[in-house]
Amino acid sequence: MIKIIIWTVAVITVLGLLLALVLYLVAKKFKVEEDPRIDEVEKVMPGANCGGCGFAGCRAFAESAVKASNLDKNFCPVGGNEVMAKVAAILGYEVQAKAPQVAVVRCNGTCEARPKVNEFDGYASCAVKSLLYTGDTACSYGCLGCGDCVSACQFGALSMNPETGLPVVDQSKCTACGACVKACPRHIIEIRPQGPRGMREFVSCVNKDKGPVAKKACANACIGCGICAKTCTHDAITVEGNIAYIDPSKCKLCRECEAMCPTGAIHGVNFPKPLDKDAVKERIKIRQQKAKEAAAGDAASANNKADATAASPATAKKKVDTPVESPAAAKAKEDKKDE
Amino acid sequence: MSKRTFSIGGVHPHDNKISRECRIEPLPLAPTVYISVAQHIGAPSVPVVAVGDKVKVGQVIAEPGGFVGAFIHSSVSGTVKSIAPRADLAGRPATHIEIAVEGDEWADGIDTSDTLVTAIPEDAKAIVDKIRLGGVVGLGGATFPTHVKLSPPPGSKCERVIINGCECEPYLTSDFRTLLEKGEQVVVGAALLKKAMGDVPCTIAIEENKPEAIAHIQEVIAKLGYSGIEVMEMKMMYPQGGEKQLIDAVMHRQVGSGALPISVGAVVQNVATALAVYDAVQKNKPIVDNSVTVTGECFPRQANLLVRVGTPLRYIIDYLGGVPEEAAKVISGGPMMGRAVANLDAATVKGTGALLFLTEKQTRRAPESNCIRCGRCADACPMGLEPFLLNKLARAKDWDAMEQNAAQDCIECGCCLYSCPAHIPLLDNIRIGKGAVMGNIRARAAAAKAAAEAAKAAETEKK
Amino acid sequence: MSKLIVSPNPHIHSKDSTKSLMLDVIIALAPAVICSFVFYGWREMLVMAVSVASCVLLEWAITKYMLKKPSTIGDLSAVITGILLALNVPYTTPWWVIVIGSVVAIGVAKMTFGGIGQNIWNPALVGRVFLLVSFPTYMTTWSQPQGLFGADAVTGATPLGAIQEGLMQGASVQDIMAEHGYNYSQMLFANLGGSAGEVCALALLAGFVYLCIRKVIKPWITLSIFATVALVSLVFWGINPARFTDPVFNLLTGGLVLGACFMATDYVTSPMSAWGGVIFGVGIGLLTVLIRYFGSYPEGVSFAILIMNSVVPLINMGFKQKKFGRK
Repeated sequence: MIKIIIWTVAVITVLGLLLALVLYLVAKKFKVEEDPRIDEVEKVMPGANCGGCGFAGCRAFAESAVKASNLDKNFCPVGGNEVMAKVAAILGYEVQAKAPQVAVVRCNGTCEARPKVNEFDGYASCAVKSLLYTGDTACSYGCLGCGDCVSACQFGALSMNPETGLPVVDQSKCTACGACVKACPRHIIEIRPQGPRGMREFVSCVNKDKGPVAKKACANACIGCGICAKTCTHDAITVEGNIAYIDPSKCKLCRECEAMCPTGAIHGVNFPKPLDKDAVKERIKIRQQKAKEAAAGDAASANNKADATAASPATAKKKVDTPVESPAAAKAKEDKKDE
Repeated sequence: MSKRTFSIGGVHPHDNKISRECRIEPLPLAPTVYISVAQHIGAPSVPVVAVGDKVKVGQVIAEPGGFVGAFIHSSVSGTVKSIAPRADLAGRPATHIEIAVEGDEWADGIDTSDTLVTAIPEDAKAIVDKIRLGGVVGLGGATFPTHVKLSPPPGSKCERVIINGCECEPYLTSDFRTLLEKGEQVVVGAALLKKAMGDVPCTIAIEENKPEAIAHIQEVIAKLGYSGIEVMEMKMMYPQGGEKQLIDAVMHRQVGSGALPISVGAVVQNVATALAVYDAVQKNKPIVDNSVTVTGECFPRQANLLVRVGTPLRYIIDYLGGVPEEAAKVISGGPMMGRAVANLDAATVKGTGALLFLTEKQTRRAPESNCIRCGRCADACPMGLEPFLLNKLARAKDWDAMEQNAAQDCIECGCCLYSCPAHIPLLDNIRIGKGAVMGNIRARAAAAKAAAEAAKAAETEKK
Repeated sequence: MSKLIVSPNPHIHSKDSTKSLMLDVIIALAPAVICSFVFYGWREMLVMAVSVASCVLLEWAITKYMLKKPSTIGDLSAVITGILLALNVPYTTPWWVIVIGSVVAIGVAKMTFGGIGQNIWNPALVGRVFLLVSFPTYMTTWSQPQGLFGADAVTGATPLGAIQEGLMQGASVQDIMAEHGYNYSQMLFANLGGSAGEVCALALLAGFVYLCIRKVIKPWITLSIFATVALVSLVFWGINPARFTDPVFNLLTGGLVLGACFMATDYVTSPMSAWGGVIFGVGIGLLTVLIRYFGSYPEGVSFAILIMNSVVPLINMGFKQKKFGRK
C-alpha cells in the first residue's frame, strides 16, 4: 500500500517538473518583448475600455502613450487629471491639467413644448429615425427621443426622462467619454467643462431654423433673437445660423442671458439659488441706462477731441463680436461634409 | 417559353392592383407649385431664375450642379414667387422654387401635339444630349440621371437595353396604364434608347399579371416594325423590378457587388423613363409631368393621374376627396419600397410614382418577438444575404463583420422584414449598418487614393 | 386620421407570424393526436392534457416571476412542446413523471437559454430523453393499445425493444418478428406497442404533407432522414438479415416518423439553408440506425436528433446561401 502511494507521488512529481520545464522553455522561446511601462500605464487606467480617448481601449491608449514623446494626444476623459498625473509620473512626461468635463444635452423640446406631428412606427432607435426623416415633431434639429445615447453610455450616466422625453445626464456618473456625442445623430450632446461646483450656463437648443419656424415647432426653442448676446457683458455669446452659443471659457455665470431669454432656451444648472428673473432684468436695465448715458457723455467728449478711439461699449462689443464658429457648429459642418 | 425570374430569393405579396382599370387623367393645375432642386441622385441643381421672373412650361429653371445632375424645367407657366428652403416629404428642408400658376403657356419649340414621331435620329450622341437637356432621370424610383447611365465609362460595352415594365410593387399601376395608353411612345422611346447605346437588342420585361400590356406592346412592336425589340413575359415575383434582379432574370447575368449594370453589358430603364425619353427626343418636351397612381383600399377614389412636377400632395389628395378617416399612413411609392410621407404639404418630384393610403391595420408593425431561426428572411433575400445575422451584427455595431457578410449589397427591398414571422425590424437595423459599412468603404477608397497620390508625388519628386 | 404614421419600408407584412406558424404545426399534429386518443383512450387524453397544461403554465410562470418579461405563451410554442412530449411517452406514464418532463423541457431546455428561438436542443426531446434515462421503467414498458375506453392491457415491449431483447438472447430477426406477428401495414396504420406518437405513421405523414403544402417547413430534412435510414439499413440488412432489421421496419418503427417530421424540422434547432438541412438529416439518419443496431438503447431517433442539434451552428456556418453576384 505504502509502495503504491510512494510511486504515485514520485510519478506525479516527476511529471509536474517535466511539464513545468516545458512550459518554462516555451514561454522563454515565444516571449514577446514589450515595454514594461505599457503594463504599468494600463494598470493605472480606469479599465472601462470605453474608447472615449480615441483609442480602441485602455491597452491601446497605454501603448500609444508609451510610444509618444509627450501626452499631447493622450487624455483619458474617464480618469481625468488624477489618472493622467499617474500616467505622466510613470512615463516621466508632463501633463496639463484639464478642466473636468461633462456631457450636456442641448435640447429642451419637452413633450409639452414640442408637440408631435406624426407617429414613428419603426425600430426605436434615433439612428433609424434620423435616417428616415426629421422626427415625429416639427423640429428637425432636436432630440429624437429614442435613447441611442442612453444605450451608448457605459457608465449608466444617461437616462430618459419619461415626462419630458429627453435624456438626462447624471453628473456624478458622467465621465465625459463622449460615447453619447458620437451616438447622437442630431449632435445635440456636447462635452462642456463642468464649471465651478458644477455650475454652468448653456443654450439648450440647436434649432437653426428662423425664429418663427423654430418657435412654431417648439415653444422652448432658441429663436436666434440675439438678446442674450446683447446682454452679455463678457462676450461669451455668439449667435450664428439662428442659434446662440455660450462659450464656456468666457462665461462668468452671471445668468443675465438666462433671465433675458424670451423662450427659456438658456439653462443654468447647479446654482445654489433659483434665478430671480425680475431682479436680474432690473439690474440689466439700470446698467444699460448708465451705459447709454456714459456713451452719450463719451461721445460728447470724443467729439471734442475729434479722436474717436474711445469707442462706446456697444461698438467695442461689435468689434469683438466676430463670428467665431462654435465647436458644435464646426462639427456639424464636418459631419455634413462626411455625408 | 418558360417565364423567367431572378435566381435568388424574392417574395409574393398580394399584388392588389385595384386601380388598374383607371385611365390616366390629367390633374387640373394647382394654384402654386413648388419645384425642388434636389429631385435626383447627385448634386442639387442650381436655380437660374430669380424671384419675379415669368416662366413658361418647359423652361429651364435650374441647371445641373455637377456631372451627375439634371436640368429642371418649370412644370407650369407663371411667376417665380420665391426660392427658399421648404420641407420635403420627409420633413427635411430642401430648396424649392415656388411658382404661382398663370395660365398654361408652353415654351417655344415644344411639340405638344399627339402625333407619333417614329423616325429615329441617326446620331446616338444627339439622342443622349437631348435626353440630358430634357432633364430625364430614372423614374423607377432611384431618379438617377438617365444621360449618365447612357454614357458608359470607357472600356465597357452595352449588350442589351432592358425596359423595366415589371411594376412588381403591389398597388402601383401607373406603368401598366402607361404601357396600355402610351405603348407606341414607350416603344419608340425604347428604340431611341437602343439606338443611343449602339443598336443593341432591347427587351421590354413585363410581369405575367399584366397580360393586356404584354399583348398590346407586342402588337405595337409589330405595327411600328422596329427590329431587335422583344417583349419578355416575367414570372410574378418581388423585387423583379430591382435593377440587378431584372438583369439576372432577363440575361442570366449577375452584377457583382458594388459594380454597375454596365459591367455585365446591361442598361436598364423604366417604362416611364422610356416615355420621358420619347418626349424629350422626339417632341422636345422635358419632364414636366408624370403619372401618379393614387390608391389604397381605404381611399374612396382610385386614380391614375398625370401630375405636374411640384404639385403639393395635399392638392392631389383634396382633388380626389381628401385623406380618408381610416387612413393611417400615406406612402409615396409602393408598399414595399416607398417612403412614408411625414409632411403632406410636400410637393411631388419627378420620381413620385404613387400615393398609397394604408389603414392602421394594414401597416402597423406588430411588436417584435424572439427570432425563431426559421430562415425565412434568408430565403426571401434577393441578394442571398442573411438578414438575421446582419441584424444581430448591426445591433452590436460590428461594422467589420457586417462588411464581411456583405451588408453593403443590401438593396433595401424589404423582403426580409416582410417575411419575418417574429416581426423583427431587420431592414431598419441593416440599413444603419449598411450606411456605416459604405462609409468605411468610401473612407478606405479615399485613403488609398490619397496614399497612391502621395506615392506618385514622392516619385516625381525623386525624379 | 389623426397623426400620420411614419416608418421605414416595407409598409406591409406577410400574414405569417410566429403564432400562425405554430398554429399550423398544431394543426399538422392534430391527426396524430386524434389517432393516439382513439387507440389509447382516456389515459392518453390525460397524458396530453397534463403535458400541455404543465408546459404552458411553466412558461407563463417563468416569464412572469423569474424573467419578469411579457409572457410568450401566446406564440403557442409551449403548446407544441407539450403535445410533442405527450406523443413521446407511453400512455401509461404517471402524471408526475410528465410534469417532471415538462419542467426539464420548458424550464431547462428552453427558458434557461432565453426562451423561444434561443435554445440549442429541441425542448420536447430533452424532456423525453431526461425521462428515458431517469425513469426507464415507465418509459420502456409499453402496453398494447386497447382502444378508446378499453381496459388496461398486458405490458409488452415495442417492436424495437423486443428485437433488441431477442437478439441479445441469440434469436434471429425473422424469428422474433414472426413470434410477435409484426407486419408493416399494422405499423403504418397503428396498433403497435409504443409511445403515443409512434402508433400511426400515416397520421404523422399527413401532418408533414400539410406543413409542406403550407410552406411552414421545407421537406429536405425529413426526406434526407428517411433516405439515409433506408439506405444505411439496407446495406446492413443486405449483409446480415438475421442480425439487422430491414429498411421498412426501421422507417416505420420507433418514432422515426414523428422525429423526422416534427422534431428534426423544428425551426430553432435545425439548420437554415436547404443543403445544411440535408446534411443535418443525413447525420440524424446515420446516427439513428447506428444507435439502433449497436447501441444499448433500442431507440435512437431522440439521441440522434439531439446530437445533430448540437452541431447546427457549425452546419449554419458551413452552408450559406450563395450571395448574389459573388463567387
